[in-house]
Formats: sequence, structure tokens, C-alpha cells
Amino acid sequence: MSIPDQPGADQPMAEQPPLQQPAAAQPGAAGLTPAPVSADSDDGWKRLHPASPLLKGGIAFLAIIGILIANMRDMLIELVFDTGDGDGDFITFLLESEMLGWGLAILAALLMVGILGFYLSWRMHRYRITDESVEVRSGIIFRTHRQARLDRIQAVAVTRPFLARIFGAGKLEVAVAGQDAKVALSYLRVAELDTLRAHILRLASASRHGGRDAVAGIGQQVAPANGIAPGAPGFLPHAENAPSAIVQQRVNDFFGPELDPDLAPPESVVKISPLRIILSLLISNTTILFFLAAIAMILLAIFGEPQWLFGAIPMVIGVIGFFWSKLQKSLRFSIAGTPDGVRIGFGLLSTENDTLPAGRIHAIEVHQPLLWRPLGWWTVRINRAGYGTSADGKQPATTMLPVGTIDEVEKVLELLLPEGTGSEVNALTTQLLTKRDVPGFVATPKRAWFLHPFTWRRHGFAETNGAVLFRAGVVWRRVQIIPFARLQSIRVTQGPLARAFSVSNFSIQTILGLITPTVEAVDTATAERAFDRWSAKAIAAADDEDARAAESARSQSAGMGRADAVAAVGYGSAGSAEAAAAMLSRPMI
Amino acid sequence: MSLDQQPTPASSPAEPAVPRARHAVNAPQPPHAPQLAPSEHLAPPVPYEVESAVFIADPAADAEKRRLDIGGEWKGVSKKYLAVEMVGTGIMAVILIAAASVPLFFGLWFGWLTLAAVVILSAILLIIAPRRVRSIRYQLRDDDLLFRKGIMFTRIVAVPYGRMQLIDTKRGPLDRALGLAQLNFVTAAAATGVSIPGIPEKDVEELRDVLVSLAETRRAGL
Repeated sequence: MSIPDQPGADQPMAEQPPLQQPAAAQPGAAGLTPAPVSADSDDGWKRLHPASPLLKGGIAFLAIIGILIANMRDMLIELVFDTGDGDGDFITFLLESEMLGWGLAILAALLMVGILGFYLSWRMHRYRITDESVEVRSGIIFRTHRQARLDRIQAVAVTRPFLARIFGAGKLEVAVAGQDAKVALSYLRVAELDTLRAHILRLASASRHGGRDAVAGIGQQVAPANGIAPGAPGFLPHAENAPSAIVQQRVNDFFGPELDPDLAPPESVVKISPLRIILSLLISNTTILFFLAAIAMILLAIFGEPQWLFGAIPMVIGVIGFFWSKLQKSLRFSIAGTPDGVRIGFGLLSTENDTLPAGRIHAIEVHQPLLWRPLGWWTVRINRAGYGTSADGKQPATTMLPVGTIDEVEKVLELLLPEGTGSEVNALTTQLLTKRDVPGFVATPKRAWFLHPFTWRRHGFAETNGAVLFRAGVVWRRVQIIPFARLQSIRVTQGPLARAFSVSNFSIQTILGLITPTVEAVDTATAERAFDRWSAKAIAAADDEDARAAESARSQSAGMGRADAVAAVGYGSAGSAEAAAAMLSRPMI
Repeated sequence: MSLDQQPTPASSPAEPAVPRARHAVNAPQPPHAPQLAPSEHLAPPVPYEVESAVFIADPAADAEKRRLDIGGEWKGVSKKYLAVEMVGTGIMAVILIAAASVPLFFGLWFGWLTLAAVVILSAILLIIAPRRVRSIRYQLRDDDLLFRKGIMFTRIVAVPYGRMQLIDTKRGPLDRALGLAQLNFVTAAAATGVSIPGIPEKDVEELRDVLVSLAETRRAGL
């Protein structure tokens, strides 16, 4: 497995396509320098992983092979054991009518066309990262050229489906806000993935680190990209070339930690044990519904027609599917604060991780299903750009904590909430979750108890400098956090019933997501005052954020040494350090 | 009446005033040396403090106040818009009455009842149309736009100029005949849904340009 690092070992590399040269061959800041401009790249355009077309059409391809093999099996058995009863089979028909030659020719032609198509599609699919944007060109006949501005980035996701993991590849998606607004680099080598993500995020995120730190951070992220720590035996610069080393690398990659330990300080990482995830799923609302439905069906089958039991089959399949997808999305879940933003990762066979730079979270909800109460568990989800706008129907990850204790909720909120005002919001949230009466919490007035007969003491809002918090529910408890800097508009309404009790209802509009922040039955005079305060704070918070961003950019470009600047421009032209710094921290759309 | 000026005895002078002024939140930040790492000065330790004092009101006084209202100088829409509203309501009434008279043709016993109900409903809608049009009002404040609508179901929305993604004008046939236009405001939130109808044509271009430039200078973003 360990190959001596000598000239002889480099020999096979010369025969490989230039893309094979691992971008992360040398750990450290040198990893930022792009691979030497090779024959197939001009103006910084690069190609993707050679297996990309195969991986993209992966499942379809496997299905076709599967059908072919299933068809062939009978025929092969028949050829060997001559059972004599082979009819109706297409291949048998070909054999009998002596058209096998033609069949093979057509098959070969199809294969040729397929391979040519794959090759061309690989050749035409290129990407480029400049200091301003990420660009992708693709298509053989109908060509597309997609460009995403780095200062508009909402999140950078790395998805690694099971099949792609076997090939050591993964998909990088740069999301900007808008209808189906993603630039996907599918597929890339694992090492390239991490380098690129770090580079893109460095330009786009509100990284609070200075220039030197940030660049060093990127170097760190490059080195253990394959899940192998730099000191580990498996880590050798050119280890990729020996078959055993490749196998070793894949194995490491598969069983290595989902979250690279060097990426985030361990105290900021929240992980959840598989046991708890399974238990939390077993006692979720879905399970209750499922059991109620099952009891109803059994009763119907006993006292009515037994056919009712057949109705259970699709239901069971549906429930199993639901649980599997939930499980797959929650197992190995981790959330961590990296210098580039909050990073969540999850997945057992297919893994996925998503990095949200600061200021891309529009609302947070902490929620507790009924059966989780005795265990003191909560779940956290957010509103973020890109929800419900993807053409393929795939939603971005919105669950920031599938299940966790109050301490873990606090830790996660610390990561999600912005610096400065975050700790205040966090402290208040914890209190709102655990206590009925909290100083600063404005509940429904007593005179309006009739509107929320059971929950009126728990129903209301609280305000801090950075965010407004809505709380509701006794049975299904929830607290919603809406940062002032992110809210889009504030609405206060009053219908005849509310007027009779002299109360009003609030709703705050954020970008589309699962959370719709509302609070009902607020005392009208209080609501009027809150409306004025919040609309003013929404403006002040955004201005404040802008000022901070400008300041951060200024101090970053000033603090950046020459060497760092050179390292940072590795991907672009001169002067990108300043441009990069100027682009930081503006979560614009 | 502006509620900012309401005396809130419990709030101490230390509590920063409503940050109406831009960058007001920045003020308490200490001046920093440029060589400081950004993380050191960007996160000033914020004491845990909830501004509850602001929202403690006199329950007796509040209970008397029934109708939701936000102070300031509200602007109404053009009086001509009443015609648009009346015509719209009239067309709807005709369609409803036509639909409600179908049972009469079949000699059903409740035919007259439904027809009467629809006629009365239409009459009420037409009678309160002027009131409904008067209830549509807006306010251009320094940093945001306020919009209100509704008599029974009052709705007041505040949209900061900086959050506006686009502003478009819409003119139907009747609008054109009367020289009116409708301004629609789109933010990144689909649910914001603010549209001001019945703005005189000569004002609309100006208003739109003002709003667009405000949106630009204030802060284009989410």
C-alpha cells in the first residue's frame, strides 16, 4: 500500500490524462495554486471527473445492465443445460432466426454512440472559477453557459451519492437565490471538491478571519481531503496511482469521519448518536399517525370487510420509505462552525454537506413534538434561500438539528445566530423553551384568553437587539427566531374578533420556507409600538450589517500580507485579494 | 400618532432610542485599531438584556383602544379609483346575480332566496366601496413604506426600501381611461404582497423612480 516516493513511482502518472494530477498533491497553501495549466484547459477552464457522464446517468445505466443480465440469465442456463423450453425471449429469437450478427452489430453501434456521447459530453462540460464568479459550460448540441456571482452565494453544498463515492467523486453545488439558481459541478474529485469549496467560500463568506488565517485554513482543508490525516500511513502524495493505494483510499474515505476533524474546532461540533435518531423517529408524529391508521384498518378488517387489510400494504411501504429517507438524512448528522460559515453534514451511504456563510439564515424554529417532551428533545430548522425553487424538486437541507437536548439546541443556535447579538437571542430562546414566564416575554393579555384558551400564557413574543422571537403552543411547542437583518416585511392585522378583544396579529415575511413566523392576539397598543420598533430595527440591523461587512473588508485587505495576497490570487488574476475582501459578508441576492 | 414618542417610564435613558437613525446600532461600538483581527472587534460582548420595559403598557388604557392604528401622515389613493372599484364590483355583482338566478329557471324553491342574498350582498359591497377605497392608504417614511388596507380586516404592512427587489406598474383598461396606475412591490418574500392601486399616472413614474433609487441607496439585498 505504501509506495516509495521516488521518480520510478511517478512513471505511470505521465500516461494518465493531465486531469489525474491531484490538485491537492502538496498539502499547505500550495494547494490553492491551480494544477498546472494543461492541454485541456484554456483561460482557466477545467474539466470534470472523467466518470461524470457515467455517474450522472448512473442509475439508468445500471438499470439497463440489470435488465440485460436478467434477460441473458435464462438464455445462458438454456445454452448450458439445453432444457428445450426457451421461447418468447428476444435473444432466443435472435439466435433462432440467425440474426445474431445483426443484433451484435446494433449493440456495438449503440455502445459506440454511447461512449462517444459520454466522451463528448465530458469534453464539453467545463468549469471555471474566477475572482468574481463560478462558471459552467456544458452541452453538445444545445450549449449552456451558467455563471454565478460569488458575492451572491447563498450556500455551497457537496453531495456525494453512493455510486460517486465508489469512484472517489462528488458534486459541488453553488447556490444563489432564485428559481433553480444553482451552478452544479458534477462530478469532481474529492480532493478538488474541498479545495474548490474552500476557495469559493473564502471569497464569498463573511469569514471573520484575517487574510493570513483564512489562507492557512484553506491549506488545512486541502490536506486531509481524502479523510486521511497528513501523518497517517495512507497519506502519500502520489498514492493515488497504485491500485492497492486507491482501494485503501476509498476504504478510508468510506469509513472516515463525515466531518473532517481539522475543519472545525471540536467544541463547536454537534453530533448525534444513531441510536437517538432511530428512537426519535420511532416516537415522532408520523409514527403516532401510522399507529392510529393501523388500528383503524385492523378494526375495519375485523368488523367490516377483510379487504381493508390490503390497503395497509401501500401505507406500510410509504411509511418505510419515509423513515428510510429521514434516517438516511439524519444518520451521521453533524453541524459545526467553520471559518467559512456553519456546515452541516449527513448521510450514511450517500453523504451530503452544506456550508452556509454567515447571514444566510432567514428564520429559525425550535420545535418539540409531543412525545419528545419526556425526553427533553427538540429539533431545529431554518428558512434559507432556494427552498421550493429547485427544478429537480430537491429541497436544500433545512434541518439544522434532527433531534437534540436543550444544551445541543443552544450550541446549534450559537452557530446559526450571528456574532454580536447571537448570544443574547440564544439565552432568551433557552429560557422561552424551558420556562413559562420569562422576563421580557409579552404574552397574550388576559382579557383575550378566549382566543387561545390553553396556550395564552405561552403565546406571545419577545424582542432582543438582533432578533424577534415568537413563541406558541403548549402541546406542540415552538419558538421562532427572526433576525431583524433578514426579515422582508412586517404585517400587523386585526379582524373583527381580534378587535373585540382589542388585540392584533403579527406576521413577519421572510423568504419562502417551512417557517412562517406569526404570533396572534398581541395587545393592540403593544402591537403598534412593536410594529414601529421592529420596522425601524429591520432597517438599522441591515445597515449595521453593511457597515460591519465594509469594515471587515477594509481590515482584511489592509491586514493581508503580500504572500497571502499572492496565495489568494492563485485562482484568478492580480488584485483579487482586494476584490475578494470587498465581496465578503454581503448576503445579497 | 407616533408611538415612538409615547412616554415609556420604565425605559431608562441608557436604553438606545428606537434606531430610526441609520447606523444607530453602530454607535456603542468602541473605536477599533485597524490591526486588530476582525473577530475581536466585530463581536462586542453583548450583555443579556431584554427590552421588556418598552412593552409594559397600562392594561386599563390599552383595553379601551380597540382599533389598530399606526401614526404618521397617511396618503390616500386617487378618488377616481372609486370608479374602477365600483365597475369591478358591478361586474362581479352581475356575474353573481346571473349565477344565482339559474335555480329560478328550474323553478327551485330557494331560487328567490339565493337571488335576494346575492343582490343584497352586491348592494352592500357597492355601498361600502367608497369606504373600502378610502381605507387603502400608504405612507412613505424615511426608510420604509407603509401600506394599509381593509375596514373589517385591517392590514398594515411595513416594507423597508432596502428589501424591495423590484417595483412594477400595472394599468388595466379602466385605469388607462382614468389615468391611473397600480404599483406592485416585490420583495424576496412571496407573501409580502403590497400593491397600491389608484395612483395618478403623472405621479406613478416619479414615485417609482423615487422608490427604486431609495431601494438602491438603502441596501439592495435580502
